[in-house]
Amino acid sequence: MTVPVEWYVALSAILFSIGALGVLLRRNAIIIFMSVELMLNAANLLFVAFSRYLGDLDGQVLVFFVITVAAAEVAVGLALIVVIFRTKQSINIDEINLMKG
Amino acid sequence: MSSNITLSWWLAIVPEISLTVLLFIVLLYHRFVKPEDKRQIGIFTAWGAFVTLLITLGLWLFFAEPGVEPMLVWGGMIRHDLVTLVFRVMFLVALMVTALISVEVEHLQSSEYYGLLVSATIGFSLMAAGADLIMIYLALETASISSYILAGFYTQNARSSEAGMKYFVYGAFATGIMLYGMSLIYGLTTQTNLVAVASVLAGQTNALTSTAAPLVTAVTLDGGAGISTSVNAVLLLAAAMMAVGFGYKISAVPFHFWTPDVYDGSPTPFTGFLSTASKAAGFAIFIRVFSAGVLGNPSSSIWWGMLVAICIVTMALGNFVAIFQTNIKRLLAYSSIAQAGYAMIGLVTFSQSGSGATMFYLLMYIFTNIAAFGVIILVSNVTGSEELDDFSGLSRRSPYLALAMMLAILSLGGIPPTAGFLGKFFLFKAAVDAGLWWLALIGIVLAFVALYYYLSIIKYMYLYRSDDEDKAIPISRAAQVGLAFSVFFIILLGVYAGPAIDWTNQAAAAFFAG
Repeated sequence: MTVPVEWYVALSAILFSIGALGVLLRRNAIIIFMSVELMLNAANLLFVAFSRYLGDLDGQVLVFFVITVAAAEVAVGLALIVVIFRTKQSINIDEINLMKG
Repeated sequence: MSSNITLSWWLAIVPEISLTVLLFIVLLYHRFVKPEDKRQIGIFTAWGAFVTLLITLGLWLFFAEPGVEPMLVWGGMIRHDLVTLVFRVMFLVALMVTALISVEVEHLQSSEYYGLLVSATIGFSLMAAGADLIMIYLALETASISSYILAGFYTQNARSSEAGMKYFVYGAFATGIMLYGMSLIYGLTTQTNLVAVASVLAGQTNALTSTAAPLVTAVTLDGGAGISTSVNAVLLLAAAMMAVGFGYKISAVPFHFWTPDVYDGSPTPFTGFLSTASKAAGFAIFIRVFSAGVLGNPSSSIWWGMLVAICIVTMALGNFVAIFQTNIKRLLAYSSIAQAGYAMIGLVTFSQSGSGATMFYLLMYIFTNIAAFGVIILVSNVTGSEELDDFSGLSRRSPYLALAMMLAILSLGGIPPTAGFLGKFFLFKAAVDAGLWWLALIGIVLAFVALYYYLSIIKYMYLYRSDDEDKAIPISRAAQVGLAFSVFFIILLGVYAGPAIDWTNQAAAAFFAG
């Protein structure tokens, strides 16, 4: 028995929502990064599920690129956290408020 | 599409190859230069950008590459057409002038800084060329990741690292949403190439309906009844999600929250680069994806209304909030939000003349805004801050600098004989031609609002006095060249815009060619 593609769509929508809410609601920079990863992986899951369902490999190729880019992105993000931590001794997003938008 | 790599495939990416070579040389250059000669790295980068610009224009003028007929190369990843050429010229000019004015800033004289500028330019250039969702995503991230580091480049400065952090969090969030929208498009059409997506959606074939059925039932939960409207609902969702990613790049309201803080905290030369080249690249993919029926016919789509709403709110909010700013970098940040709104007028007309007008506007905006930021760098080098008060008495202190700033500000405000006037004129004309006269009217009214804060900068420079009027502001040769080059084009495009607007209009045809 195979899992219907609708279930994957639903799961990825849930993962994406959790990720988006995490970015919006959590205050710790590391948790925010993890939430962003969750959003990217929700999209990856959708690509792979559609790729399998539609019998087309393009989606899976795209996922490899996304994973690579996400790794590079997080490397830069963590470096920025380290820099922030050196000056602020905190990675709470609410305390990063020298400039008011 | 043949799978044999031909010469024109290579010619399509010559500028990127040239920039990659430049990137490696710049990174190694650090080793061979004495610490007191670090400025040479920036000047070398500017030369590299200039040579790449000459190669790009030379290929077009003498070998007709890219030709008038758009071509898909590298397995449909890259579009080799005039649009790409116009945007590449913008990015290379922006890189060149930014490198020249960066020489003025003491802390930025390192290979890493210039290397990142070059790698961001490679990303922008591929964004403009991208014809496939994969390529667009990769190019956008190449540009974004370089930009995150550049925004936080002063690691000792809390404001700069804060700017980098904010840019990163908003950027990663927006591209995550955009990627999800792309995955929905892929699920609907089984295609990642924009042209193929367009043909599938234009057909609205039964094939689309049947492959999309699981997606549609899962997303709209309507059990398969009225598939066509449900496909439209998913398409609208995907369009909206992709608009988040692109809207973030061009800093359109409501995705603009990062703009003032990032512009304020980043190193000033990079702010100039970000506000022009990055915005132009965002517009390149925005028009590429949303024009020409890639997402279906605009006249019957809800997402067209969504784009018009974004356009109006962006113009209004940018202009009204800018009035209350006292820091010149924040003022220009809100001004750049408003300018993105104007440029969107050309996008929402979905016509060739509209897209051409947008490209002309972005071209003139590059010269204008980088000139303005160049003056800000020179002034803040002496005064140590970036408040409006620092510009008091600038006309007596350094008359040429004040003149350059005045021309840039007049161009931003859209006053003849500068390029900004014609830029706005072509946009409003395209809107009226497309039957959107009310949109043009809103734009004109808001342009008058904008004059208030633009003219107040000129008031500071020419009418107010300061105690330091006898102390001239030192300008290096590199910055002189950069500013003179920008100002020359602000005037040239203002009095003799014919060839440039014809060029962008001709290029815009490529957006609409299958």
